Amino acid sequence: SHCSHIPLRSDYGYKVSLFSHLHQYSRKAPLTQQISIPATVIHPSIVRLGLQYSQGIVAGSNARSVALLHAFKQVIQDYSTPPNEELPRDLVNKLKPYISFLNQCRPLSASMGNAIKYIKKEISNIPSQCKEEEAKKKLLLCIDNYVNEKITLAAKAISKCAIDKISDGDVILVYGCSSLVNHILCEAFEKQRKFRVIVVDSRPRLEGREALRRLVKRGIRCTYVLISAVSYILPEVSKVFLGAHALLANGYVMSRVGTSQIALVAKAYNVPVLVCCETYKFCERVQTDSFVSNELDDPDDLIVTREGKTQLADWQSVKSLGLLNLVYDVTPPDFVDLVITELGMIPCTSVPVVLRVKNVDQ
Amino acid sequence: MPGADKETDLGERIEAFLAELKRGGRGSGETARSTAALLRRITAQARWSSAGDLMEIIRKEGRRMTAAQPSETTVGNMVRRVLKIIREEYARSRGSSEEADQQESLHKLLTSGGSSEENFRQHFAPLKANVIEAINELLTELEGTTDNIAMQALEHIHSNEVIMTIGRSRTVEAFLKDAARKRKFHVIVAECAPFCQGHEMATSLSEDGIETTVIPDAAIFAVMSRVNKVIIGTQTVLANGGLRAVNGTHTLALAAKHHSTPLIVCAPMFKLSPQFPNEEDTFHKFVSPQEVLPFTEGEVLSKVNAHCPVFDYVPPELITLFISNIGGNAPSYIYRLMSELYHPEDHEL
Repeated sequence: SHCSHIPLRSDYGYKVSLFSHLHQYSRKAPLTQQISIPATVIHPSIVRLGLQYSQGIVAGSNARSVALLHAFKQVIQDYSTPPNEELPRDLVNKLKPYISFLNQCRPLSASMGNAIKYIKKEISNIPSQCKEEEAKKKLLLCIDNYVNEKITLAAKAISKCAIDKISDGDVILVYGCSSLVNHILCEAFEKQRKFRVIVVDSRPRLEGREALRRLVKRGIRCTYVLISAVSYILPEVSKVFLGAHALLANGYVMSRVGTSQIALVAKAYNVPVLVCCETYKFCERVQTDSFVSNELDDPDDLIVTREGKTQLADWQSVKSLGLLNLVYDVTPPDFVDLVITELGMIPCTSVPVVLRVKNVDQ
Repeated sequence: MPGADKETDLGERIEAFLAELKRGGRGSGETARSTAALLRRITAQARWSSAGDLMEIIRKEGRRMTAAQPSETTVGNMVRRVLKIIREEYARSRGSSEEADQQESLHKLLTSGGSSEENFRQHFAPLKANVIEAINELLTELEGTTDNIAMQALEHIHSNEVIMTIGRSRTVEAFLKDAARKRKFHVIVAECAPFCQGHEMATSLSEDGIETTVIPDAAIFAVMSRVNKVIIGTQTVLANGGLRAVNGTHTLALAAKHHSTPLIVCAPMFKLSPQFPNEEDTFHKFVSPQEVLPFTEGEVLSKVNAHCPVFDYVPPELITLFISNIGGNAPSYIYRLMSELYHPEDHEL
């Protein structure tokens, strides 16, 4: 099959035994050295996208999905049906190696998975008598609509709902950098709500600094702490807003590692936890822990130099030492008080209802 | 004059000790030992005629020492231990039998009519030698604390366990290394940003052949479901059985409670302090926010508040067991140990 053209990327470093079923790649070794990319098989914009994913240049659920859809638009524009082939079947087959290549660069997110499913469905639904130019125009329009509806307009609708939940004098805690939560806070600030924000950050990604920059640029008053100081700062907080990577069918929230911890401590202090998530991130999968299905990032990221000493510099040479750099974790639904989506405010447990309604619509 | 020389020498040593305290960086075990040694020197070299004088001198020096570094509670604890020793030796010299229960019997409280009539003014010749000998015993006890705790390790760790710890504690390190001689188990160390002492702990444990994994603080809840026990050290054990421990410990304790994982605290007796956690302005200690948001982020730095607290409060309900050099105890028993170690009138130095 086409997938056999894509060589497998090799794992790096010692993997902690509980996670030996997952892949662990290094970011330092350039991707092009690890996988030899046959130029005839993969479209250049997909190669570029894969490199951007693997280096972390494009990061964040929404950003990755939008970048993916734009790249697919390029692919469709440059596509021409070979003779004796039908556009729907051939185009779908063409996309398979691209998807497995992107998966090697960085495991696909749930939102990307849903987007791909949507595109494949749209391509298969093209009537066979449709001319190529028309089909391509139709597909490009579909993709644009998808991005517009599911991401841009959804963000607007969620902001409107969420701003009702922000009152004057609030102290809002956010974790890491969620494009949706940042958008909500900036909108609320435009609408003259008086609040201040506490940004919680964690090693090794330190994404909170990016969120901090964006919020400070707008003029919002911010405080910044690391995740170990959460139980110190939580008594001051009135609400917690969290972003999500995916919402699973059993009500668990899959998000950046550390989110479940923040929800846990917030619950202990009786602070409401609100998760903001677009419906295109809802996922049929179910998960009960953060082990079975997760992503392992480059373990070298944990190494740090303090006061001239790098403790873990040769961790590879020590046989019994392992470094674990998890990317995601799952938050149980009892820690989450409310999920804000573009369909309204729902409890965590209503996710399968929304999935069913969406399936019926489609 | 020899007397004056001794006094200036003593004064110099006290100043040197205070300077060392202010500088910080010493482990609490070392601080406890040097405090006890200094108090022994004060007993030997200072001028005093009755137990009351000695207690006044020690109290005065004790106040200066605790003021030099308020977060280092072992200093105050050692001072209180020595004051208790002096009271006991005085009572023994006077010939009164074990009056240990004088503050505990309700009957005594009602019939004694007011505070104790002891004024410690009587002079006893052998008192000095007795007090110095008792302080020597205290020092011997202090030297052996880490070993005493480590000896109990095999009673608490079974094979193929997954143990989680946070940051770096010399007591826990010795505890785990002692168990590793006979049992095979896996240790997960949370690195404890921003100082990342966990890294040092992990390298030290893995050098002894213990399977170690380092995780960032954000992953504590994520991996907790596979952990069998949480074993931590602490900076101070408070009077209500709660802890003042390194920041991130409260989150760890909550995660352990959620998964019903036992939380074991390895703390030697000299960390037990008669403080309560409600004192807002003395409980927390902060370091430079530069650790959290470095100066390279200059643009945002001026517009943002950054906090870097060093300690966390862990309430006693989250703790399962205390392991100290005198054995294992539940948090509800801490008040009793407190009354054995310190006299209630010494709680305020």
